[in-house]
Amino acid sequence: MSEKGSSLRQPAPAANSAALEREVADLIVQALNLEVTAQDIDPDAALYGEGLGLDSIDILEIALVVSKQYGVQLRADSEENEQTFRSLRHLVEYIAAHRTK
Amino acid sequence: MARTAATLPAGDHVLNACADRYRFTVGLAASLLSSKVSLLPSTHTPEVIRQLAAFAPDVFCLTDAAHCDIDLPRVHYADGSDRTGSHGSHDPPWQPPEIDSGQVAAYVFTSGSTGTPLPYKKTWGRLLLCVRNGAERLGLRDGRAYALVSTVPPQHMYGFESSVLLGLQSGGAVCAERPFYPADVCSAHAAIPRPRVLISTPIHLRALLAAEVSLPTTDLIVSATAPLPQELAREVEHRLSTRLLEIYGSTETGQIAARRPAHTLEWRLWPDVSLTSKDGQTWAQGGHIEQPTAMCDVLESTGADRFLLHGRLADLVNIAGKRSSLAYLNHQLTSIQGVVDGTFFLPDETPASRTGVTRVVAFVVAPELDAATLVNELRKRIDPAFLPRPMLFVDRLPRNSTGKLPQEALRAFAAAHLKSAT
Repeated sequence: MSEKGSSLRQPAPAANSAALEREVADLIVQALNLEVTAQDIDPDAALYGEGLGLDSIDILEIALVVSKQYGVQLRADSEENEQTFRSLRHLVEYIAAHRTK
Repeated sequence: MARTAATLPAGDHVLNACADRYRFTVGLAASLLSSKVSLLPSTHTPEVIRQLAAFAPDVFCLTDAAHCDIDLPRVHYADGSDRTGSHGSHDPPWQPPEIDSGQVAAYVFTSGSTGTPLPYKKTWGRLLLCVRNGAERLGLRDGRAYALVSTVPPQHMYGFESSVLLGLQSGGAVCAERPFYPADVCSAHAAIPRPRVLISTPIHLRALLAAEVSLPTTDLIVSATAPLPQELAREVEHRLSTRLLEIYGSTETGQIAARRPAHTLEWRLWPDVSLTSKDGQTWAQGGHIEQPTAMCDVLESTGADRFLLHGRLADLVNIAGKRSSLAYLNHQLTSIQGVVDGTFFLPDETPASRTGVTRVVAFVVAPELDAATLVNELRKRIDPAFLPRPMLFVDRLPRNSTGKLPQEALRAFAAAHLKSAT
């Protein structure tokens, strides 16, 4: 199945973030060996605690794969960090804003 | 410290839930001065809090969190003008007051097989003796004032001994923050003066090596909660140009031995501690240990004060430095309404994860329940580290005619079900 609009080069924020969302969801599912599939992850559902049910070990694991893939170093001292793991969407926004790869 | 002591209510037992290491330490000292006993359970789930209140009905909670939902009377730690410097900086050394060595400083808890946490009394004198011996063995009593930064919470026995008490005893400084992400571990470490020590665990050390960050020069790295493979120890020493020492201990006994894993597999016991073998179990006694204690691992004596670590006893699980027993977890699972039968299982293989963590699996017979409800009920009872992954619903468990679940049958059952689940 091909992605919609994949041949267009103009920035289309909605399509780009959806694609990045899928990519990051895939990364998470693979890194953590989760039972759900990337499609199952509701972008607005909580990642930590209830919701996807991840704990701090998982967060560390995600931080590592994210840093390898996108060159983003997650930190706890930023204002936005409370929000970063609020949901997949928040995480993806953070990555999009800070990625170096 | 006196100010904090004045804010503590009348109860003789305190659950010190301060996340900030400095506040925790002041809270601990204030409690000691008021002859209050600090309770240190391994987790703060609603179920454990309930059990804590049953153990000590006058317990209250000291917290520094903006939103604390621990179901106990709460006192919020009040920062005053004694907290100088910007956050993240180390705190100046302070003199511990005179506390009677026989005073009960704390109770720590382990997961019993009956589903109720078991309390272990810790007297002040023995705690200090243990930590002083530890400081000696770690090479921290060379007259220099070491600064410590740790990734371990102060409530965990390891963090309690090796960051809080070690800091008090060494006269050096302890970083109040608890860094988590590799980038933060590096900056917290760079912010403290040398000589400096990183007190951490295999999970965080693996993460440090895997992340693309460069750790500033460090004078010592200490690891505990799970044995570090020698190759990993050598890699840490090589890449970070430092010594790495490992500590071995237990919640019940505190730390009892250390080794330098890059050089040797053998552990060396603390002064006056000895091991004996009885009915296939290893017992530790003497020195700072409160009473002869059965160890949860198989230890083989190789000399008067040396031993090799051969792995844990069958029932025990250690995930990310947290310890529990399968019997305890099973008890929690089967006590949930709607669960007809169930069991946890620890698979043998370690997955290829960067943090090296193997999760427990659970098989549940619960025709009326859905997964979400069941997980929520579990979450109220057990530490998140032990939430099963995956949790599989089955028709029945392979119990034999006497109702027991033989290890071999469970192993085969698990192999079949886990294969088909992927």
